[in-house]
Amino acid sequence: MNEQRPITIIIVIVLIGIVLLTKLFMIQVLDDSFLKRAERNAVQRLVDHPYRGLVYDRTGKILVYNNPIFDLMVIPKEFDVKDTTRFCEIFNIAKEDLIEKYTAARKYSSVKPSILIPQVSTTEFAKIQDYLIDYPGLFVTTRSVRSYPQASAANALGYIGEINARQLERDTVKYYRQGDFVGLSGLEGFYEKELRGLKGVKYKMVNVRGVDKGSFKDGDYDTASVAGRNLTSTIDLELQLYGEKLMEGKVGSVVAIEPKTGEILAMISAPTYDPNLLAGSKFGSNYGVLNKDEKMPLFNRPIMAMYPPGSIFKIVQSLIGLQMGILTPNTTYACNRSLVACHNHPSPVNLFGAIRNSCNPYYHQAYRAMINQEVSRNTFKDTEIGLDKWRESVLLFGLGSPLGIDMYNEKGGSIPSSSYYDRIYGVGRWKYSTIYSLSIGQGEMMVTPLQMANLAAIFANKGYYYQPHLIKAIDGDHTKIREEFRTRREVGVDAHHFDLIQDAMAEAIYGTAARAAIPDITIAGKTGTAQNPQGEDHSVFVAFAPKEDPKIAIAVYVENAGWGGRAAASTASLMIEKYIKREVERLGLEEYVIAGKFM
Amino acid sequence: MRQDDLYINKIDWISILIYAALVIIGWFNIYAAVFDEQNAKSIFDLSINSGQQLVRMGAAIIMILLIMVADYRLYDNLSMILYVFFLILLIATPFIGKEVNGQILTVGIGSVRIQPSEFAKFATALALAKYMERPSFDLSQIKYQLQALAIIMIPVILIMLQPDTGTAMVYFAFFIMLYREGMPQKYYVLALTIIAISLLALGVENNLYLVFAIAAVVAILIFLGKKKISRIISFIVIGLLMVAYVYSLDYVVSKLPQHQQNRIMVLFNPDLDPLGVGWNVTQSKIAIGSGGFLGKGYLEGTQTKFDFVPEQHTDFIFCTLGEEFGWTGSFIVILLFCTLLIRLVIMAERQKTRFSRVYGYCVISILLFHFMVNIAMTIGLFPVIGIPLPFFSYGGSSLWSFTILLFIFIKLDSHRIQMLGRMN
Repeated sequence: MNEQRPITIIIVIVLIGIVLLTKLFMIQVLDDSFLKRAERNAVQRLVDHPYRGLVYDRTGKILVYNNPIFDLMVIPKEFDVKDTTRFCEIFNIAKEDLIEKYTAARKYSSVKPSILIPQVSTTEFAKIQDYLIDYPGLFVTTRSVRSYPQASAANALGYIGEINARQLERDTVKYYRQGDFVGLSGLEGFYEKELRGLKGVKYKMVNVRGVDKGSFKDGDYDTASVAGRNLTSTIDLELQLYGEKLMEGKVGSVVAIEPKTGEILAMISAPTYDPNLLAGSKFGSNYGVLNKDEKMPLFNRPIMAMYPPGSIFKIVQSLIGLQMGILTPNTTYACNRSLVACHNHPSPVNLFGAIRNSCNPYYHQAYRAMINQEVSRNTFKDTEIGLDKWRESVLLFGLGSPLGIDMYNEKGGSIPSSSYYDRIYGVGRWKYSTIYSLSIGQGEMMVTPLQMANLAAIFANKGYYYQPHLIKAIDGDHTKIREEFRTRREVGVDAHHFDLIQDAMAEAIYGTAARAAIPDITIAGKTGTAQNPQGEDHSVFVAFAPKEDPKIAIAVYVENAGWGGRAAASTASLMIEKYIKREVERLGLEEYVIAGKFM
Repeated sequence: MRQDDLYINKIDWISILIYAALVIIGWFNIYAAVFDEQNAKSIFDLSINSGQQLVRMGAAIIMILLIMVADYRLYDNLSMILYVFFLILLIATPFIGKEVNGQILTVGIGSVRIQPSEFAKFATALALAKYMERPSFDLSQIKYQLQALAIIMIPVILIMLQPDTGTAMVYFAFFIMLYREGMPQKYYVLALTIIAISLLALGVENNLYLVFAIAAVVAILIFLGKKKISRIISFIVIGLLMVAYVYSLDYVVSKLPQHQQNRIMVLFNPDLDPLGVGWNVTQSKIAIGSGGFLGKGYLEGTQTKFDFVPEQHTDFIFCTLGEEFGWTGSFIVILLFCTLLIRLVIMAERQKTRFSRVYGYCVISILLFHFMVNIAMTIGLFPVIGIPLPFFSYGGSSLWSFTILLFIFIKLDSHRIQMLGRMN
């Protein structure tokens, strides 16, 4: 009766073997999730953060570097101090602090490192370095913080900060991790890809308590980090610092461009701030303070503030008129103040006189001639056609849309088109008398200080410009900068038309901005006044110098400082002197500007 | 002299070779389980487990020699005395033993400590063999069934009191031997049915499915068999009893305190509590599962080496094998165990006396239970009960008790010719 039972038992043994092997096959061979979980268990992926690229000025002076900061770490289990008093003396820490930090570290983990003394300075680090060997369980980790030795050009350089959720979402290649630092504004933001370098990865093994057990597979999968690229800025640090000094206590912008290259020599946004405030651990609290400041130091005025161009726009009008053939050097109009207000000057004037005297009625009449060319019998239609044609020429001067500087959030200003007026007044319900303010740079048009400086460069170059930019070389190589910064852009006005303009601008200095004159440098400039319905007008001045061989083109905006001939012209003149002579001799004028009592 | 030649020639070298292979593979795995790359020590180093185990392996060889040279009649004669001796030792353990982790499981002098519950296995096996050798013993009778059960249950109760549920459960493996010796089949069918229904009742979310399944099985059985009214009624009654059992079990479980409910539910889904009760199983599965087909290579396992699996050199030693040698290694070891077990069945069946056959099946029962439950628990097929993998796991008591258990049978087997005529 029991003869079959041994067979049954053998079958049971074989079945058990098969069941075990099947289940093992399922988890070992078919399912690879356990392998991943094992790696998550025992292999820790450590990111080796690269050294962020440095930024130099055009003369090789350092603008931004990485300042190493040392954190003294402790592994509580290995830490052993016999003489606490002596320890506190060497490491310069209060006994209570030591006990508090140590207890906290112990509570976190007795085998994983915690910070004992954060941000030990380089000098302190040198002092404690030799003693470290006497204290087991202590070691130092290094991290770096962006540092700005001259505390200059804050808005141009920008800042770095922790990556936000939106940026993480946009990072489709998943380069960034939560908590990474990225450039958030200015050059740091725009050149993030160049500056950041390439993260390295180290795989190390840890046991169940998180204790380091050496590198994984002898480091075969580790990759070294690659330091970020160094940028050479177009900024002339000395000029930048000088400009910041002149603009101290004022609100406004200074943008200086090398006309032949479009390189920005100085870009001052006043008021500014110390960029070191937004570096490292103080970012959070300092950003809050700066952001709430009602003078808005974080607002990058040169590329974000927009003003009506005012009288300076008359030069653009002259050039377009000349190119269109509507104006010639001999075109004369009477200074008819019934059309638009003007100031006292001889009348009638030719084009030269109109620029020199900034004659409003002249441009009122000249602009009408440009707009109403009687292409259509319908005066409304005619105005529409004329405006759009004129607008095309204006846009070529880099107005009406962002110039494409190497910074984000550049504003483009605005040059109204016919559809703009159609929206406001209705199709066929507006004509020249509606838009005539444009003739003298007022009304519905807006420009940024950067665009104004670019205009000065165009005047200096007699009809072309390079997109203004802040970086001239990457890793010392000029050809690595973007193609668009090396492309010459024509404004569509023949060079010979500029001769008269340049002469008139040089002449105008003596008429409207005598303060700006420099004895041995010929400055060609034009004052402007940006009307400000909220208060005092803004003082504006654009210029280039020397007239014969322009080295610098500049636009200066000083808010609420009234007429352009005083604040803006004086500042621009000093900047030109500083740049060309490297030394300012007119100390009286300098004092006048620094004092800032222009009204 | 002729007699000696006779028995040397009859020694079953196949089982001894498999035994040796398992012990040596086990020893290498113990070394791997405690290996620390940053503080590498020789496998022979006495300050680590592998060195210690080597000493115990040496002791095991001495035991084997003693077993082999002793008179084979000794085991027959000593069986009841050994059984009583270990029962007394089990009773005494809580009073003279040493407390480890809240349990008092070991007794001994100085550093040599043994776990009586391990050794009581072979003593119980000998006692069962001796008792069942009686000519009148017949497992088809309730009286004898109860007597056999009593011999098994006395050590079980004593071990449960220690408390060491895992080891106590091993004694139920003797039912495999009882099955071979003629225990009525209906008990096994009933027991397996109850176990299956219990597991299903706890594992299946909705009991209604289970009720339908029971109804379907009952209907099929009625339809297939003779259509006698009494038979149909009895099937229906059994079916209704099962349904009642399903619901009462759920009711009882729901009345248990929450943490005990968790303990039960984790058996079915360790992910419910991966850091608590489920930690061992989860980590063990990760270690074994990460081994792949060929394994990570000897001493290259990260999970076992870095202590992710608790008890990795004792109860969870299979993790090291699974991680470092992969499915291939698991296959070889499981094949060795199955081969050994089948070999032992063949050996048991060739015995001429009921004593040695019963003892042989006791050895098979215990090894099979340990082998199955230990590996099954490391891969989440069985709840975690702390029992070692025979010949593999670190620890003297485990190695020695399995060695003694096995080699007494090899010794008895080698004398099977001389025992002729004692079969009843």
